[in-house]
This record gives sequence, C-alpha cells and structure tokens, in this order.
Amino acid sequence: MATDPSRIKKVMFVNRKAPYGTIYALESLEVVLITATFDQDVSLVFLDDGVYELLKGQDTKGIGIKNHSKTYRALDGYDVEKLYVERESLEARGLSEDQLLVDVEVLSSAEMGRLMAEQDVVLSF
Amino acid sequence: MKFGLMVSEGPYTHQASDSAYQFAKAALDKGHEIQRVFFYHDGVNNATRLTEPPQDDRHIVNRWSALAAEHQVDLVVCVAAALRRGIKDEVLAPGFRISGLGQLVDSAIKADRVVVFGD
Repeated sequence: MATDPSRIKKVMFVNRKAPYGTIYALESLEVVLITATFDQDVSLVFLDDGVYELLKGQDTKGIGIKNHSKTYRALDGYDVEKLYVERESLEARGLSEDQLLVDVEVLSSAEMGRLMAEQDVVLSF
Repeated sequence: MKFGLMVSEGPYTHQASDSAYQFAKAALDKGHEIQRVFFYHDGVNNATRLTEPPQDDRHIVNRWSALAAEHQVDLVVCVAAALRRGIKDEVLAPGFRISGLGQLVDSAIKADRVVVFGD
C-alpha cells in the first residue's frame, strides 16, 4: 500500500501526562506547533492526567519551571482548533469543562476511541 | 510497508529503545522499510557514543549504529530535545544525525505507519 505524500493526513496528538512533573506536555506542545506549519489536519486529545495541562490558573512560580499553559490559547493562531478532552478523565479528577483555559469538545472514551480510529497518525505523549 | 518509529525514552532505564530496535529488526527481516527512527524526549540519550555499558550487557547505542550501517536506517535526534540534555554533534555515535522536529512530521506524512515507543 502506497501513501500519497500530497494527501493531507489526520495527525492526532494524545496528551496523557500532567503538565509539569515530566517534560512530555511541553515537548508535545513543541511538536504540535511544528506540525501546524506543515498544513496537516491536526487534533489534540487530553486524557488521563493530561487534562490537567488545560487547567486555568496555573502558577509555576513555586516550582521554578516555565508556565507553558498560555501556549494552548495561542494554538488558535496556528489553525489548531480541534481540541478534545475525555469526559471520564475530567470526572475522575473532579474537574469540569469551565475550569479549562481553552474551548474544547468533551467526548466519552467510546467517542474518543472512534475518533482515534479515523486518524492516519496518532502520536502519544 | 514503510514504517516511521519514534523512541521517547532513554536507554537501559526503559524498554522503549529495546522494543523499537527489536521491532525495526523484525520489520526489516520481513522485507519492510524503516523510513526513519526519530529520537525524542530522553530518547535522545540513545545517541551518545560516550555510552559504556558493562560487557555482559547489550550495547544499545552500538546496536542502533550497526542497524543504520547495515540497512541505511535514518537515525534522527531532535535538536531541541538533544541540546536540553547535552547531546551534541561531538558526542553522536555513528549513524545518528541531529535535526529538527520537522523530521518527525515528515515521517508522519511519508510513512504508512508511525509507531511510538515510549512510556
């Protein structure tokens, strides 16, 4: 099976980790910004502790690490507008959609599974 | 089939690099193509020639270098991730090269499948 390199691909980034204790969230964001410049169909998913990446009011002064949460609000300017959050992950952590710093679509894990199945590429972080 | 691989964890601490290597070898043996292996996050630590494991253990870095020499596999280390962790051209093992994240996106576009080996 040959892949047509001129075809726009659906590329999904799955963010599963909390924003600071590890570097995954930050370095995932760096790939997303680069991918946005390649004119592909980009979407971002936040599940498990990854939902904390989108929490409003992040303050990292106490831990001496750069607060990268503002970048999620800038994604719009890169035409990255498809952001999905898993409902079960929010509920398990006592969080609600209005506590998130960007507009997202909340999906059940079954809906999320179907969306993942439609992708050409799924990169997990 | 044309595969692009991503390795997200460092050697020895985590199985990601071992699994990716075994996958690449098995795929090549079956006649598939490994379009590129992209090393990201702590995965960049797979690329340093300063690595010296005990003699009775596998040499993860040399194993990748040998695979690159034998099958012309493109081993790419992310520049931003590498510089953060002290990985520079002067410590690169044979077969590895440092380049940008665009090379990962290029794999996503050109490969039939991208397989992530991470935590």
